[in-house]
Amino acid sequence: MSNMEKEPMFSMKNIKTLTGPLNKNNPITVQVLGICSALAVTVKLKPAIVMALSVTIVVAVSNLVIAAMRKYIPDRIRIIVQLVVIATLVILVDQFLKAYVFDVSKQLSVFVGLIITNCIIMGRLEAFAMANKPWPSFIDGLGNGGGYGIILIVVAFIRELLGSGTIYGYPVIEKLGIYKTGYENNGMVILPPMALILIGLIIWFQRSRNKELIEK
Amino acid sequence: MNSLRNKIDKLKPHFSEGGKFAKLRSVFEGFESFMFVPDKVTHTGSHIRDSIDLKRTMTVVIIALVPALLFGVFNAGLQHFRSIGADATVLRCFGFGFLKLLPLIIVSYVTGLGIEFIAAQIRGHEINEGFLVTGLLIPLIMPIDVPLWMLALATAFAVILGKEVFGGTGMNIFNPALLARAFLFFSYPGWMTGDQVWTEGLRNGKNIIDGFSGATPLSLCAAGETAKLPSFMDMFTGTIPGSIGETSVIAILLGALILIITGIGSWKIIVSVFAGGLAMGLFLNAVSVNAYMELPFYYHFVMGGFAFGAVFMATDPVTGAQTEKGKWIYGFLIGFLSILLRVLNPAYPEGMMLAILLMNLFAPLIDYFIIGSSIKRRLKRAKPALNLHAK
Repeated sequence: MSNMEKEPMFSMKNIKTLTGPLNKNNPITVQVLGICSALAVTVKLKPAIVMALSVTIVVAVSNLVIAAMRKYIPDRIRIIVQLVVIATLVILVDQFLKAYVFDVSKQLSVFVGLIITNCIIMGRLEAFAMANKPWPSFIDGLGNGGGYGIILIVVAFIRELLGSGTIYGYPVIEKLGIYKTGYENNGMVILPPMALILIGLIIWFQRSRNKELIEK
Repeated sequence: MNSLRNKIDKLKPHFSEGGKFAKLRSVFEGFESFMFVPDKVTHTGSHIRDSIDLKRTMTVVIIALVPALLFGVFNAGLQHFRSIGADATVLRCFGFGFLKLLPLIIVSYVTGLGIEFIAAQIRGHEINEGFLVTGLLIPLIMPIDVPLWMLALATAFAVILGKEVFGGTGMNIFNPALLARAFLFFSYPGWMTGDQVWTEGLRNGKNIIDGFSGATPLSLCAAGETAKLPSFMDMFTGTIPGSIGETSVIAILLGALILIITGIGSWKIIVSVFAGGLAMGLFLNAVSVNAYMELPFYYHFVMGGFAFGAVFMATDPVTGAQTEKGKWIYGFLIGFLSILLRVLNPAYPEGMMLAILLMNLFAPLIDYFIIGSSIKRRLKRAKPALNLHAK
């Protein structure tokens, strides 16, 4: 091939792969994937951050692995191969969390294991890693994990602040003395329906800023 | 009147397209049509002319709400003076209740109308009267002690996420007033349930006489203390603790009469809600394994928000079923489910709000199947005739 010359590591294309999912192609607000975990783990900021990191690592590394062996995976059993890779990584992440941040691991409970079924990961493997080289795939994984993480952290920030009156466990509302004015924590923000409404509001906000996302 | 008309006509060019205040066009139109009949006429085609527009509909509902509102004002005072063991004249009760209720109504209207005005400017819609009724319904289904900022927050939630998101008046899926209540119910349960919230001043315990509990009939029932219930007549006239507008069944029935005579509220829905409640009540009476289930079925009609919900909430033409047969099913299920939730679910002392919101969600589905079955039936009738033609 004539155009075998090496692509720079951070070419325009790769940077786009990285930043696209953060906004215009966000896995949660635009592709509407991975909603269930976004509702479940966003009551507090800490588990949301841990979850965001775990998913980012799993999607990036599994993208890398699958992209590296994409040419050797028989087409008919590719889903099983992908699942084996994802499941291995998720178990590694789970063991790591249990060893080093046990309290968060307990809070996240089953949702760490459920990363295996997170549609974002399978979606990226199928849509990107199966057709691209390892390095861009890795970047794509980082981007999508980041896009997922941003939404998780924004939602968790709002829910923790309004629902529990704290930010990352620090009692802001109490320290500012807002409770004395008669303010109370909102119990509905803790419930999953409000997380769904918040994600809806984020989608609304994003589309009103970004006109090309609006469907005809 | 004429001078007002002249003034408005003089101002009009400023607000029309290209005028100084063109951006505020819809505000101007809102005020103009509030005072006078709109001067817009259609120029082509034939149209049915009827004076019953949205404004007239809403005004009739407001009038129908007046008895419940007045009784709510009186009862707010009555409960307060009872709780401190003071004798008070009817007039003092009214005066006290009026001062308590007025801020609630003002906050609800200012928040809701403010948001509607802003939304209308942004979208270039006309301001319509959709919020007139909602703004009065919201305070009427609140406990008298609800903090004003919570009321404002709930109103904003209901108007923005319950109505404007779906496209404004007439496009909403859920009843906005009930949505406001549901929001507070789940957000601040301490202010929406329990025995403390229904009587002014009970929460901070000032001068409360011994033995005054402030418990509503429903919370008594939920606690299994059906023996302590007030008499049927008290619950019927409404001199009991409860949400502001819901206690007096007499006042609500007066409102129902106005709605039915003017044809604004569907009598089919009102009747079928009561029929649904009757069916469930009789069923529970037949099973009756605990004291609550043994409660005579007609008690359910006078307790809590059942009557208020049936007359003013279920009949909302936007969120209810549209087809005539659908209205029967829709209403029946509301009554049926609300008594079911009330008696069998210990977490929620009152089921009317949740039952209506749930059926709001199902109303389009009910209509869909009713229309589908009508089409099928008519096709069947038409087919033999078509076949004859073919031959």
